[in-house]
Amino acid sequence: MSKNSIMLKAEGLYKSYQMGATEVKVLKGIELAVGQGEFVAIVGASGSGKSTLLHILGALDKPDKGIVSFQGRQLSRFSSGELNRFRNKMVGFVFQFYHLLDELDVLENVYLPAMAMKSTIGWLACRNWAKNRAKELLDQLGLGERANHKPYQLSGGERQRVAIGRALMNEPRLLLADEPTGNLDSATGNGILDIFEKLNRAGQTIVMVTHDERIAERAGRIITLADGKIEHKSTIA
Amino acid sequence: MYKIILATRYLVKRRITYFAVAAVALCVFIVVVVMTVMTGLVSEYKQKNHNFVGDCVVGTESLVGFPYYEDFIKELDEKDFIDGASPVIKSYAMINPVATERNIAAEIMGIEPVRHNKVTTFAQMLYYRKNNVSKAFEPIYDPNLAGCVLGIDLAIERDANSRYYHEVSPSQTALSISCFPLTAKGALAKAGTDLVNTQIFYYSDTLQSGLAQVDSSMIYLPFEQAQLLCGMAGPVKRANAIHIKFKPNVQPRDGCEKTASLWQNFKQEKAGENQTELLDSVTVQGWKDYRRAHIAAMEKEQTMMIAMFGLVGITTVFIVIVVFYMIISHKSKDIGILKSIGVSNSNIIQLFLAFAFLVGLLGSAIGAVGGWRFLVHINKIEGWLFKHFGFQLWDRTIFAIGDIPNRVELSVLTVIILMAIASCLVGALVPSWQAAKLKPVETLQVRQL
Repeated sequence: MSKNSIMLKAEGLYKSYQMGATEVKVLKGIELAVGQGEFVAIVGASGSGKSTLLHILGALDKPDKGIVSFQGRQLSRFSSGELNRFRNKMVGFVFQFYHLLDELDVLENVYLPAMAMKSTIGWLACRNWAKNRAKELLDQLGLGERANHKPYQLSGGERQRVAIGRALMNEPRLLLADEPTGNLDSATGNGILDIFEKLNRAGQTIVMVTHDERIAERAGRIITLADGKIEHKSTIA
Repeated sequence: MYKIILATRYLVKRRITYFAVAAVALCVFIVVVVMTVMTGLVSEYKQKNHNFVGDCVVGTESLVGFPYYEDFIKELDEKDFIDGASPVIKSYAMINPVATERNIAAEIMGIEPVRHNKVTTFAQMLYYRKNNVSKAFEPIYDPNLAGCVLGIDLAIERDANSRYYHEVSPSQTALSISCFPLTAKGALAKAGTDLVNTQIFYYSDTLQSGLAQVDSSMIYLPFEQAQLLCGMAGPVKRANAIHIKFKPNVQPRDGCEKTASLWQNFKQEKAGENQTELLDSVTVQGWKDYRRAHIAAMEKEQTMMIAMFGLVGITTVFIVIVVFYMIISHKSKDIGILKSIGVSNSNIIQLFLAFAFLVGLLGSAIGAVGGWRFLVHINKIEGWLFKHFGFQLWDRTIFAIGDIPNRVELSVLTVIILMAIASCLVGALVPSWQAAKLKPVETLQVRQL
């Protein structure tokens, strides 16, 4: 991996939480680099700190110590406005529990990130483009017919595909997925992983967290996290 | 745009918001009804006082009265800002319906009906001589008799609906009216002889001013006869007051100032003449100041009601705070989702404030329309309640209130709606601000390590 192709880099990341009177040290000096176009899986047992790491990489949380750089720029030096733009434009999140807004239909959930950073006038100017883009994504994800359904009318796999559509809406450079198949049966989970593979083949950089090594094997590289440290890195041929 | 969409969907889809809307609607309903009724009562009462008094009064509290009133009226009549001026005798009398043993104390008011009608709405307040005010003191049954106009509650009993039933013509009732005539020095004019002046008057009409105190104790007499009864018809005639009406384009305050200035000059001109010391006790007052003792009580009551219902508004703020805390605690996941796609803290606050605005707008619209519809039918409702349950808001046999005022003032309604919306925004501000401070990882419950 050449220095120029590194998209995301973590150096000496530490994070701890207070649980009652006890301080739980979750990350203990993580060093990590993700190249452009890579599909990286972070595996580890429950409580190993993998979700915390993912949230720090996506600027949803801050490390106690250490540096996260995205395309050479340190996230800690971003202003709050830049952090919001980073979450909106540069990163797409896929969560284990989908986290769709119940009040919006499928199409609205998908184009929500495009709407979020626009003023009313700005949105009126670009809404046709956004709606078409959202429809295209839903078609690609096999949900074209479900555009006007509400999230509660969909199955788990369908909801997760809507969440992927939402994550991809603003064409982010980086897709972060936190146990994306954790709440799905194995056939549906495989369908989600097929989508990730397809996206990765099209050049999408993906960092996925999972506790299941068989799922992790679908990624190009596996990083194993144990006791808050990176224990093992492997590249799958 | 997503703020408008989400705020609208939260409003429509979250059942708990119906409670917030209902709370706002109820508060607005109560405040609209109470404010309309109270404001209506106060403004109606003020208008009745204005109709009764005219625009301005030059007068004295002393029962002795003051001289040269005719000269001053002459001066006033020449001024372009004066529409009319009417001299008035005011005193107290003992009334004894002839051939009875009954005696009642009453106030008497001596007026020239035509002149007084130019200044007040005297004719409109009469029943039989409404259209012929010059004959107000001529009983229909015998115009040659000396007539008197009785405050309506002295002549007729009200029914429970505050209605008076008049005969086709007034009954021939003779009243013996006795006054204590006073000298210019304030002494009893007939000390040592008959202390009182007594004359028989015949009931010629009733007068309904709508002012309970006036209608229950006032007897109107012809000016000259009242003057004689009170001992004011000596070589230097005296009156107790001059009621004045300004031209329609004259502001009452300006008119009063000009009149006061005229009175000062008049006093100086009269200095040194007979009985001019009586002019010192004369004041020039606008109608509101003249009736201040009566109006102030009503205004005080209105202020207290506004203050009390202001507390209702504060209660709304707390209801909205509680409801918003509940809504936001249910929506914390949404806040995390929105933050994960780049929505800023200020936009989260704006989203919930937009939601609060809609709650306030919808609640106050429902409350205002409900209040307005209720007010439109309030008299019918009260009539129905009285017919079936004997309930009345005010006992009409005691209070001189006819219909309950129900004209909704647009300005009052606008202020109430704006206050309701502002209360919602204030109530939502703290929970929204706390929601915006939440960390996405906490709200998404993803602290799975």
